[in-house]
Formats: sequence, C-alpha cells, structure tokens
Amino acid sequence: MNIVWAFTFIPVIAICIIPFLNLKWKAISVYGAVSSIALLTSIVAIKVLLGGTFELTLQGSFISGPIRLQVDALSAWFMLIINFGFVTGGFYGIFYMSAYKNQPKNLTLSAILFVLLYTALVSLCSIQNSFIFLVAWEIMALSAFLSIIFEHEKVATVKAGINYLIQSHVSIILLMIGFLWVASQTGSYDFNAIRSYSLAHPGGVSLQLYLIFFVGFAIKAGFVPFHTWLPYAHPAAPSHISGIMSGLLIKIGIFGILRMLLLISVDYKIIGIIILVISLISGVYGIMMAILQQNLKKILAYSSVENIGIIGIGIGLGCIGLGSNNLILCSLGFAGALLHTLNHSLFKSLLFFTAGNVYQATHSLDIEKMGGLIKKMPQTAFLFLIAALAICGLPPFNGFISEFILYSGLFSLVHSATVVSLLGIVTTIMALVLIGGLAMICFTKTFGVVFLGSPRYEFHHEVKELPFMQLLPLYLIVSLILIIGLFPRIFLDILIKPIQLFTNLHQLPFTSFQGSGIETLLSVSQSSLYFIVAIIFIWTLRKLLLHKRTKTISSTWGCGYTAPTAKIQYTGGSFSKTYSQLFGLLFQINKKEKVVKGIFPAKASLVTYTYDKIEKWLIDYPIINFRHFLGRFLFIQNGRVQSYVAYGIVFIIVILTLTFCNFLI
Amino acid sequence: MLSLLLIILAATFFTGIIIRTKSIASGRKGPGVFQPIKDVVRLFKKGSVFSETTSFVFQIAPTIYFASVFVAMLVIPFGQSKGLISFNGDFIFFAYILGIGKFFSIISAMDTGSSFEGMGASREALYSMFAEPAFFILMGSLALLTGYTSFQEIFSALHLGSSISYALAVMAAFVFLMIAMIENSRMPLDDPKTHLELTMVHEVMILDNSGFDLGLILTAGYLKFAIYGAIIFNLFSGTIAYEYAIPLFFVMQLFLAFVVGMIESFMARFRMNHNAQFIVVLSSVSLLIFFGALLVSGKFI
Repeated sequence: MNIVWAFTFIPVIAICIIPFLNLKWKAISVYGAVSSIALLTSIVAIKVLLGGTFELTLQGSFISGPIRLQVDALSAWFMLIINFGFVTGGFYGIFYMSAYKNQPKNLTLSAILFVLLYTALVSLCSIQNSFIFLVAWEIMALSAFLSIIFEHEKVATVKAGINYLIQSHVSIILLMIGFLWVASQTGSYDFNAIRSYSLAHPGGVSLQLYLIFFVGFAIKAGFVPFHTWLPYAHPAAPSHISGIMSGLLIKIGIFGILRMLLLISVDYKIIGIIILVISLISGVYGIMMAILQQNLKKILAYSSVENIGIIGIGIGLGCIGLGSNNLILCSLGFAGALLHTLNHSLFKSLLFFTAGNVYQATHSLDIEKMGGLIKKMPQTAFLFLIAALAICGLPPFNGFISEFILYSGLFSLVHSATVVSLLGIVTTIMALVLIGGLAMICFTKTFGVVFLGSPRYEFHHEVKELPFMQLLPLYLIVSLILIIGLFPRIFLDILIKPIQLFTNLHQLPFTSFQGSGIETLLSVSQSSLYFIVAIIFIWTLRKLLLHKRTKTISSTWGCGYTAPTAKIQYTGGSFSKTYSQLFGLLFQINKKEKVVKGIFPAKASLVTYTYDKIEKWLIDYPIINFRHFLGRFLFIQNGRVQSYVAYGIVFIIVILTLTFCNFLI
Repeated sequence: MLSLLLIILAATFFTGIIIRTKSIASGRKGPGVFQPIKDVVRLFKKGSVFSETTSFVFQIAPTIYFASVFVAMLVIPFGQSKGLISFNGDFIFFAYILGIGKFFSIISAMDTGSSFEGMGASREALYSMFAEPAFFILMGSLALLTGYTSFQEIFSALHLGSSISYALAVMAAFVFLMIAMIENSRMPLDDPKTHLELTMVHEVMILDNSGFDLGLILTAGYLKFAIYGAIIFNLFSGTIAYEYAIPLFFVMQLFLAFVVGMIESFMARFRMNHNAQFIVVLSSVSLLIFFGALLVSGKFI
C-alpha cells in the first residue's frame, strides 16, 4: 500500500512544485521524481521477476469499481524497459532542453508532461481495471501530444501533433469499444472479467473482441497500415521525446497486444497467422520506406515500423507455437519478441538521441545538407555507428541475438512442418533476411551521408561536439547493448518467467531454455568474442607494423580530376537511386523538375520527395471523399442567424415530442 | 581446425589459378600461381597513403572486414571434422558476420567522399541485399533435407542417394558458386580487371586503400573464394575418409578456380542494371532447390 502512495505522491508533489522553481531546480526535481519512481517500481519488478508477487486492490469509486493493481512477470519486464529508457532519456533530455533556456514557460510545461508521461506509462503496466486503464491511457496520449508540440511555433510541428492526437484517439475509441463491450456484458471493469467473458464465449466472439483490441493497440505500436502518425510525430518532437516515444511509447502497444493475448482465449493459431502477416508487411514496408527518406528522424521513424514488425514476427511465431502446442516455437517466438522489445528500445533511443545531437549541432535534420560530421562530432558519430550496427542485427551487438532467436525458432520448425507451413516459414525467413539486407542499405546510407565524406553545406554557426555529460547516458546505453550482445544468457534467464505466462495458457511445461536449441547462444557469444579478439589482434599488428612506415596524407583519388568539390559526392538520394528504381512500383516519388533547355539555359532544378502510398490510400483519399460528402450539407451552415434559430426550435420541438411520446428511455 | 588449414592453403593458390586460367585462355603465359600472394606480401611491407577526407572509420574498416572473413572461415567444417566454431544455426552467424564486414567496407568507401566510391558502395549494398535470401533459402532447404541446422551436421548427414538429390547438389553448387562470385565481385556481375571506375563495384570501393590495409582486403578476398570452395566441396564430400578427402578437396578447389577463370574469359559482364535481376534469379534457383528438398523429404504427397 505504501508503494502506491509513494507512487502517487511523488509525481503529484513534483508537478505542484515544478512551476515555482528556477530552471536548475526544475531539472533536478523532474529527474529526482523520475528516478525515485523508477527505483521504486524497479524494486517491485525485480522482486516479481525473481518469483515474488505484487497484487493489491484499491477501493476505487462507484463508477470504476474496485481497482486491482497487479505486477506480473510481463508487466515487470516492460516496467524495467520503461524505467531504463526514462532514466537515460531524462538525463539526456535535461541537457537537450537546456538549449531552450529562453522559453521558461515552455520548459515548465514540458517538465510536468515528462513526469506525467512517465507515471502514466509505468502505471499502465500494472493497472488491471479497464476504466482506470483508459484514463491512464488518455493521460499518456495527451501528455505525449503536448510533449510532441514543444516547438509549437512551427506549423509543421502542430500539424504532426494533431495527426498524432487524432490517430491515438482512434486507438482509444477502439479500446473503449472493446472494454465497454465486456463491461456491458459482465458488469465489471476488472481485467478478469475479460478473461471469464472470453472463456464463456469462445470462437468467433472472442476473436472479434481480440481483433478490436489488436487494432487499437496496433495503432499505438505502429504496425502497417496504422503507422502513418509515426513519420510525422517523431521528427516534430524534441529528440529525447522522440527517443522515448519510439523506444517506449510504441512498446506499450506491444504490451497491450501481449496482455490481451493472456486475457482473451482465442484460437492462437489464427491470431498468430494474422499477426505474422501484418508484421511481415510492417517489417519489409517500414524499412523500404526508411531508405528513401531525407529527414534523419523520418528514417528512424520508419525503421521503428520495421522493428515493430520484427517484434510482431516473434509474437506471431509464439502464438502459432502456442496454438499448435509446439513448446520450442512458442518459447523462442515470445523470447525473440520480448528481447527485441528491449533491444529496440535501446538502440532506437540511442539513434534518436544522437540524431538530437546532430540537430543541436547543425539545426537541421536534412541528411542531404550534412556530411563529414565525424570530424566535428567524433563521439556522436561513434555512438550512432554502434546503434546502426546493432539495429542491422549484426554480431556482436544485441540486435543479432533477438534475430538469431527468431531464426532458431523458424529453423527448429523446418523438419516437422507440413508443406503449407513450410511455405510460411520460407516466406518469413526471406522477409527477415530481406529486412536485414535493407536495413544495411538504410543505415550505411544514413551513417555515410550524415557523418562521412566532406561537408555538403556550410552552416553559419559552429558545429561542435556536445558536452560529455549529455553523452553519458548514451554510453550507458551502448554498454547495455554490448552486454546483451555478448552475454545474452543473463537476459534470457530473466525472460523465463514472462514466457511461462504464455506457455501456461496451454499448460505447456516450460521451465528453462534447455533443449530448445538456445544453448547455442553461448557459442554465439563465444564466437562474437573471437571476432572481437581477432579485430584487436589485427589492429595491434597493424599499429606495430605501420609504426615506422611512411604515412602520407593526400587527397582522395579523383581519377585525374584535381579540383573536387563536396558536391560531387554521392548523396543519400543517389545512394538509394538504383534501389528506388528497382522497387519504383511500391513508392510514390514526387518530382519537381525544371530541365535544362535551350542554348542559354535558365537555372535548372530538381526536387524529389517521397510520399507514403499507404497513407495516400488509407488516410488521404477517404478524408477527401468524406469532405466531399460533407460538403453536400454545406447549405445547412448558411450563415443566417434566422436559420440557426429555426434549427434550435426544431430540435427542441423534436425532443419535446419524443419525450411526450415516451420514445426516449 | 583441419578445415582452417586447408582453406588457408587453398586460398594461397585459388586466385592465382583464376588469373593463370584467364591468361592461358587469352593466349598469354601469365604470372605465376603464387603471384597474388607475393603481391600481398609486398603490400604488407609498404607504407600507406590516406585521403585527407577520411576518418577513423577508414582506418579500422579493413581490419574489421578481414576479421569478419577470418571468423566466418572458422565456421566452415571439413567433412566430418567440425570447424573451430560449430553450433546449431552457425550458418546464420556465418552470413551475419560477413555482413558486418560488408557494412564496414561500404562505410569506409563512403568515408573518402569520392563519387566513384559512393557509387561502388551503393551497388555493393544493393547486391549483397539481394544475394542473402538465396543463401538462406538454400541452407534452409539443406536443413529440411537433413534435419540439422549446423554446417557440419548438415554436410555430414547429406547423403546423395537418388538422382533428384544429385540434381539438388549440383544446383546448390551453382548457387554457392554464384554467391561466391557476388561476394568477391567477379564476373559476370563485376569485372575486377575493368579499367573504368564507372563500371566497377568492389574495385572502386578500395581505390583509396593502400599498403597494409589493401593487403588485408585482398587477402580477405582470397580467403572468401576458398571458403565458398570449401562449402561446395562439403556438399559432395559426405563421409569420405580423410586420405581421399584432402586430395579431393584440392582437386575441387583447383577445378572451381578453373571454372571461375573460364567464366571470366568467355563471358561478358552483365549490364549494371541487369545485375539485380540476375541475383533474383539466384533466389529462384534456391527456391527450386527448396521444392526439390520438399520432394525428396516426401512432404509433397
């Protein structure tokens, strides 16, 4: 009980005192509040993961009924991810926000929202009452919206924020429908009511209920085709918020999908196939779009869609394994999904934070204007490189571990599968491989264009590395990335409890990863160590050999051309040109071209920008049509006060008549 | 351990044989078989020239590239004897460890700020993306055929019994050979002896490397050929005893080098924009192998 009191009071006190403090103390109090809650909830979460339980019931009001709070292993895992993300992100954010010192009011608001967002996210993991869950969900959505529009003097930022606001409310409506459906049938808002309702109505009803929840949570998570808010919201938000949104906020959607799997008993095989198909499309489509973007944060946003796809592939495989009582596939699928959730939260927030460093140094996010930043910001470049390698799933980093687990699950299935499921397996393997290859194109392009080569644009201010304190949390994230990459067993052992929740759904006996082929992870980390040793050995050899040799610095090979400019370098657009031509059918690339004509040509220009085809068909066209349809009723809004009075009178008469005739109620 | 020694030995003459075959085919005498090794040794003794545009990425990339190929080599078995690294799913590790080397070679090309090297980098990234599915489907089909998921177990359980399985092995050998050609940027995708930067892929990426670094990159290329040669040998070796297997291994490597040399002598390089289609064909061939494996394992009723 005391924990809940502390959990409620710390943020309330922080929010109340923040407006009255000066900037320095604001930062301290925000960070103090966040880290003390993080400490508190981490202790609870670790206790639960070690085998304890945490469950209590608050009295609640007459509307919500008793409010049950429960931290099970799944909540604990997500709570720890969120805590780590906020502790590092908050630390980075304090320094990031110090660039906006001249906007104290704005900073006060963002500080309050940061605490609110964090509290809402953590509490969402433990609330077991759908009414309160929705309230917390709304607090989270609104505080995220207000955090996104921090730079609200820019039109694009407000537009992006409103886009997010509307889409997240579509998500809330779907969740509300789902929760109210159950509540109206059972009369209880408790999550257990959902379980008992679905047990009483197996088959189609449960499936429909699950799908409503799935779509609601998928909008938050950013599965294709519900991803369209991500590429707008992420670039608009301040970088520590984008890092948190991409690393943690969209993961709460994943949490919801997993939570509902535990509550609603459906045919897991069907659900697994649905999730798998959507995830495959998300994964491939997300990274394909990412390659074409020019805005650094948009690249990262689309790559989040891709990684959500990978997590979804894990969930889908886990569900299929559960449905067919295949213990190995089930455990490996969910293990891959949960581990990738952590991994993605690490490297994606690292990428966003380094993108924030780039933005602070150059005041731009357009990658075509950058180049050669590695010389001015070597540490940022190094951190970005590590994150890029990790997100491509390359050993010895953490991304490889989760992808390896998914591959192991898929290959473990190969000999026992039927023809149909083999086709599915081959498609999934191909998609995973393609995602890996495309991610490599995407991140070699991004890293190469932003940090390497020579500067493509002359900024009118000094571009310099950020203070070490701001980079400190980023190094912390890097060390965790390496720890997971080299010693994955620790994390897999932690994952046993959360996975048991899923295997218990079908009473599959799961106590450890022994026998599921995952012992090989030990060999994987060993081999990664060989790799590191080999690098160190060759590097030392090279150092020793080159020590006394002549070392000449000269200009880049220009094929005889002696006056190279930065403009002849490959740009991001030219790097992905062949690729975008090959897959041209899938994209919409708009061109504005002024060609060179005549003997004395005028200034020529070419501007290309990519637009999301899914957004065009799923969001833009329906909106245009809807507007067109509503335009037919414009005669009602004719601007004459007399008509409006008449509408009022007609309305009152109608209501009165209906009441007299007892049509209402 | 055995495979490691054999691959290194094979790597010493593989590229030499290719060059020799090409010379003889074009009516010249050609350099000695060990000339490539002598070249590398000479490079190792030289100083280096670095572009002023480059950064630490350019310095460390050749080292990482070489290390990745070296570690990938440790995974390859030789018949019954395991590689130094062997575990379930080691071929995934094999593909991904080569991937990190490729990542670094691409960004080191971009580090020079040269338009040529950027072009090579872009092409390399695209081609390797296309080549990877073929490798994975192929290994998946072999896993399906044998029921194992590590190189050594797959190869030692691969019994070539029926005529279908021979056809499969030949097709698999073809796919592996073509992947080797893509990985090493040889004909018909890329011409290592071309004289024009615009038409290069791999060669253009290493234009600015010199001395020790260039030596490392070239050595890694020789090793890569021998690695794929060893994989192809393993497809057929099965349970042959060592005293026959080792000579057979060298015969096979010589033969493969000869084949590569002949391909390079009598085939023109594809047009750049047809390369991607060609690589997709490889994936289709490996899908054929997959369906063949389905047939053999009796999954089709």
